[in-house]
Amino acid sequence: MSRVAIVGVGQTALKPFSPEVSYRELMFEAAVKAYEDAGVEPRKDVESFIGVSEDFWEGTSIFDEYVPDQLGGALRPVCTIGNEGLAGIATAAMQIMTGQIGVAAVESHSKYSEVDRPLRVLQLAIDPVLNRPLDFNPHLIAGLEMARFLGVSGAVRNDCARVVAKNRRNALKNPWAAYPAKVSSEVVLRSQETFSPLRKLECSAPADGATVVVLASEEKARKLSDDPVWIDGMGWANDTPTLEARDWARARYAEWSVRQATKMAGYSAKKVDLYEIDDTYAYKEIQHAAALGICRPADYAKFIRTGEKPINPSGGSLGCGHTLDATGLFRLGEAVEQLRGLAGRRQVRGAKRALVQSWRGVPTTGGAVLLLSNKDGGEAK
Amino acid sequence: MRRVCVIGAGITKFVRRAKETGKELSFEAARMALDSAGMDFKEIQCVAEGTAPDAFDGMHMKAEYLSDGSGAYGRPYTRSYVGGGTGVFMGAHGWWHVASGMFDTCLVVGEEKMSPCFPHPQGAFLTIFDNFTERPLGPNLVWIFALEMNRYMTTHKIKKEDVALVSVKNHGNALDHPSAQLGMKITVDDVLKSEVLAYPVQRLDISPTSDGAAALIFCTEEIARKYTDNPVFVDGVGWHLDTSYWTDRDLYYPKYVEKAAKMAYKMAKIDNPRKQISFAEPYDPFDYKELHHMEGLLLCGKGEAPILTREGVTQRDGAMPTCPSGGALGVGNPIAATGVMKLCELFWQLRGEAGKRQVKNDPHTGVAQAWGDLMQVGTVVVMRRGGARP
Repeated sequence: MSRVAIVGVGQTALKPFSPEVSYRELMFEAAVKAYEDAGVEPRKDVESFIGVSEDFWEGTSIFDEYVPDQLGGALRPVCTIGNEGLAGIATAAMQIMTGQIGVAAVESHSKYSEVDRPLRVLQLAIDPVLNRPLDFNPHLIAGLEMARFLGVSGAVRNDCARVVAKNRRNALKNPWAAYPAKVSSEVVLRSQETFSPLRKLECSAPADGATVVVLASEEKARKLSDDPVWIDGMGWANDTPTLEARDWARARYAEWSVRQATKMAGYSAKKVDLYEIDDTYAYKEIQHAAALGICRPADYAKFIRTGEKPINPSGGSLGCGHTLDATGLFRLGEAVEQLRGLAGRRQVRGAKRALVQSWRGVPTTGGAVLLLSNKDGGEAK
Repeated sequence: MRRVCVIGAGITKFVRRAKETGKELSFEAARMALDSAGMDFKEIQCVAEGTAPDAFDGMHMKAEYLSDGSGAYGRPYTRSYVGGGTGVFMGAHGWWHVASGMFDTCLVVGEEKMSPCFPHPQGAFLTIFDNFTERPLGPNLVWIFALEMNRYMTTHKIKKEDVALVSVKNHGNALDHPSAQLGMKITVDDVLKSEVLAYPVQRLDISPTSDGAAALIFCTEEIARKYTDNPVFVDGVGWHLDTSYWTDRDLYYPKYVEKAAKMAYKMAKIDNPRKQISFAEPYDPFDYKELHHMEGLLLCGKGEAPILTREGVTQRDGAMPTCPSGGALGVGNPIAATGVMKLCELFWQLRGEAGKRQVKNDPHTGVAQAWGDLMQVGTVVVMRRGGARP
């Protein structure tokens, strides 16, 4: 199989509100930065544009109508992928691997602050026949899952609180982050219980922002970039959407995704220097770390304390803000910066390989995994 | 690049209001596709889903909801989406899963359930317009397509009678399609006397709203040979999306369809589509759209499509049959499923399995096309019969 590289990333700062710009302007800023970073002219060089979006979050049906212009993609191959951002990356990579596309751009954004009644929107994702008539807040699903997870995994509530403290502290060094803070795990454990045992500070808060990623074939990447970041492995999968049928303790979508990704890459998640994994809720970081084979839930506190292989040096969604389906792309941006040695005060020294993992949030069971390496990581393989 | 084969196709009946849920419709089509290929579900490595606006069913993140019905449980699964162009785009979506080398088999499903949108799915289309400049005007799709139809007819001095011939042909062709919602024998006069909705669009110029699903099995050539001596090849895929500012375009010609067609033809090594293509399934949600799209697909010159239609060239026994299935006008138009239905028709026609719908010119190459958004997107797929080489 031919290799695919990431040759450019552009992103806006994440903010709780962004009344000063429209979603088009947000996308435009990220796109201009990404094309500049990659050294490409979108109207000439980019052969496929992929927008990752959901109609209801946008408040517009058939949202792909409003994607091409601000990306430089008018009268070019453009399509929408209705999954998490990393599935958009996988789509672009597959298009490139066919040999028909040389350079592709993937965009996703969040304008959450403009969603009029976000809880009502999320309720519309609940099964309309069996579950929606119960009229519950969808975040309740996370509370139930956390209870099950803590009950069987060996992780404790204090571990979840530590995830919050760590990620929000990491975000202090991240100029893009919306919610950097110094909070102790005691403060987290004293915050209001929203969906027991889930607490308010254990839920990531939404943010606005956009990310654009430029991918290229091996041949094009070598011409465009001195420090391309290679996609060694990718995997994505869905568990059941049915609440009554899913495994409430394990994140099986992440287990399946990482299996596919490691098979393709030829190395396991343990042979990676840093992890950017989903932490939409604090317990999810521990659950996902277990699913990916990074560390067992019972050992999580120790793993973090040694600090050899950082999880979510960006600050994660808890520290940076959750940007809907753009979340995976934002975290991919962090991993790319780390592998290029451009992460400033957050830099993980000598980082050669990274793992990025995403999840679509409640009530879904869709997720994806990418394994990435820079020049040094690729040679080590 | 790996050549991608189609070895199975399935389709539900297209109806105004299905009792089945979207999951069940997807399941039925997928099951039929697997059975027709004689393939075990375990052989399916990934799933490509196509379904158009969430507003039809009122399901947020519709792909996640449909996933288990489409066979995505425990499998890699993505949903692609380009409005009305989604169905034929599924040919590209499934194609890159296999052509990339990532997977050897892919289940392609297109599903649409428009009926939950009360009182009429047209209501969902009120939400596709620009929220600042257009939505306050309360436009709907029939209005804007009336603009386009008018522009097309005016530019080429086309008579309404000639456009109506498409409606007559496709409704008639659909009589032979077991899934069809609206197969019927009508005359040009019936079309011209039907209710005016937004002039020049009349009721019989428009496809119905429908529920339905269709599915295909894509795989590598090696796997295809295990299941059939008669696979069909996906040799070209193309898609292009034009600017959001549709009011800035001259609507008489779909440039984006031409660009998409050229992308697909280049991949399929077609340089003279009029000679090298045996039949076409252009998207026909309105009768004039079939003509518009034949021109965009370069199957005839600009303004010539009505002449070919009048001369009977596009009939099943003509030199360039179009919409032998009955098209969206006759079979029904559950948006994303319609395009996959057109891909299914290419598969059946190229295998000689279309029964009474079989075109008479011994087809070796077929092209399907869909269109959508704000008169903005073209998606094109070229398929070839086994043995036929570029």
